Amino acid sequence: MTLLRTYILPRILQWVFVIFVGVSITFLIPRLSPVNPVENMIGRLTSFQSMDPEASNRMRETLTDLYGLDGSMLDQYISFWGRLLRGDLGPSFQNFPRPVNDIIGDGIWWTVGLLGTATLVSWVLGILLGSLAGYFPNSLWAQFLEKTVITIYPIPYYIVAFVMLMLFTFYIPAFPLVGGARGTPALTWDYISSVLYFGFLPAMSIILGSTAFRFIMAKALTSTEASSDYVRYAELAAVPQRKILLYYVIRNTMLPQVTDLALSLGTIFGGALITEIVFGYPGVGYVLFNAINSADYNIIMGITLLSIVGIATASLLVDMIYPFLDPRVRLR
Amino acid sequence: MFTTLRDLLRYSLSFRFGTIILLFAALLIVLSFFSPYEPDDRRAVARNEAPSSEFIFGTTSQGQDVFWMLTFAIRNTLIIAGIAVTIGRGIGVMVGMLSGYIGGMFDRIVSSIVDSFIVIPRLPLLILIASIMRGQMTIFALGLMIGVLDWAYPSKRYRAQVLSLREREFTHTAVFSGMSSWKIVIQEHLPFIVPFLLADIVSGFLFAIGIEVTLSILGLSDTDTQSIGSMIYWGNYYQSLLTNKVWVLIAPIGASIVIVIGFYLVSVGLSDYLDPRKRLLRLQVKE
Repeated sequence: MTLLRTYILPRILQWVFVIFVGVSITFLIPRLSPVNPVENMIGRLTSFQSMDPEASNRMRETLTDLYGLDGSMLDQYISFWGRLLRGDLGPSFQNFPRPVNDIIGDGIWWTVGLLGTATLVSWVLGILLGSLAGYFPNSLWAQFLEKTVITIYPIPYYIVAFVMLMLFTFYIPAFPLVGGARGTPALTWDYISSVLYFGFLPAMSIILGSTAFRFIMAKALTSTEASSDYVRYAELAAVPQRKILLYYVIRNTMLPQVTDLALSLGTIFGGALITEIVFGYPGVGYVLFNAINSADYNIIMGITLLSIVGIATASLLVDMIYPFLDPRVRLR
Repeated sequence: MFTTLRDLLRYSLSFRFGTIILLFAALLIVLSFFSPYEPDDRRAVARNEAPSSEFIFGTTSQGQDVFWMLTFAIRNTLIIAGIAVTIGRGIGVMVGMLSGYIGGMFDRIVSSIVDSFIVIPRLPLLILIASIMRGQMTIFALGLMIGVLDWAYPSKRYRAQVLSLREREFTHTAVFSGMSSWKIVIQEHLPFIVPFLLADIVSGFLFAIGIEVTLSILGLSDTDTQSIGSMIYWGNYYQSLLTNKVWVLIAPIGASIVIVIGFYLVSVGLSDYLDPRKRLLRLQVKE
């Protein structure tokens, strides 16, 4: 019971607080925008015909009501939370009256598939290469690998993605320029292989960057671990180096890595904004970018909410699981 | 301070290389003040020239000399990053040190605010604000914006530093020998904080340059001012890839890669210097 009161409950309270603050900020900021979505819509509807002012006034009222933009800011805020707690994110402004839940639902699987795969692949790859390079720091290939990683890691992600796009779709047209797949969704080899084919380049661009990050982290952890006494003892006892690395050193460096994996899996719901813009991938990030450009509050809110909840929940889970993973953490 | 720099230059290879790259960037910035053209002069030179001895990096389809454009671009990008870093680290250091020293209820409230700030996704928020301010964005506003969103994580680190410094023996000694709190903070603790601040400033530059390039390429910053990102933006806008004028894109892309690597090498050198284990190794070498 004391565990619940002193450890779990404060963490859950913090989780609620974080989500509350994050959602409030994202509620407020789009409403400071000078772009008025109602006027936008009316402008679009009346761009090819004239309308008498009476009708356009009525339309303005109807749209304001439908969009949930009537009343003062406080009224909107309260009704917004009411809708949110019922799981209703409201209609999209741009694709009225399609609900936001629907639009996000379309994109989320692309994003989760792309980012989930890329995150897991780069996690495994980065840890393997990084620990090897950390354990054998003087070998030639380790130094070569490290120099390469140090060159790739700090480059802004956009530049990496853009250069890859330039190289592999323009100069060597090996991959498609935009899109997520070809044909109609079905469980056929044609469709699945086209998903892999379209997703390869965006995934590679992410893997390149995050493997570099993981490599640096794993190498630092391993080289710390490799200088500790038990490793020296194992070496003196003639335990094969492969065994020392795999069974002792890597296992001891896993703790922060697992934490970090959980956190980065939490971030994938926000979408890979830049990746999806550069490669024209039909995921959540692309939807978000279009929504920002057309001041589609409800979609912006929906996606931001999703990513805040994702990250906050992941860090909550990590804090909850941590004592089980690490026997050294004692709860008092 | 100067002995630290001298040691770093002497013993850290990556710091030396990084410093050389950054000095080179500084040279380009100085050159920008001697540019023969104004930063946004169009048709100042022949159009669409490939790189040659006359135009080192070629010219654009608008008749601008890419080399001189680049000098302005590097200057403005680093100004944006500098503003962002000053503001972000200013807030970060202040909040972190205050909540570390004051502690108690204040610390708990500030910490939970900082934690929620870390969770809020920064890039979508930045794009949102930038698209709201589209057209009115100046490089100063951009720097301010990046800075205001990039203080939470560093402040957490300063708080941790202060918390550990407060418990060290020399702090107790100073307190018992009657030193005033201000004196302890400035004379005893600041020397420990400053190296962290240096490493942090460098990584702040990396973040800010990345954000500037990204936002400008999406057309969300002040695209009329030369910056590394806006050069790429206009290069894409005028289809330099499809019209086979790659040099317009290669110059800013190359410059951004080289500059961030320079900053990164400096930060690697600094964090090696900060790592106590490596410091011991260095001492052993000296003996």
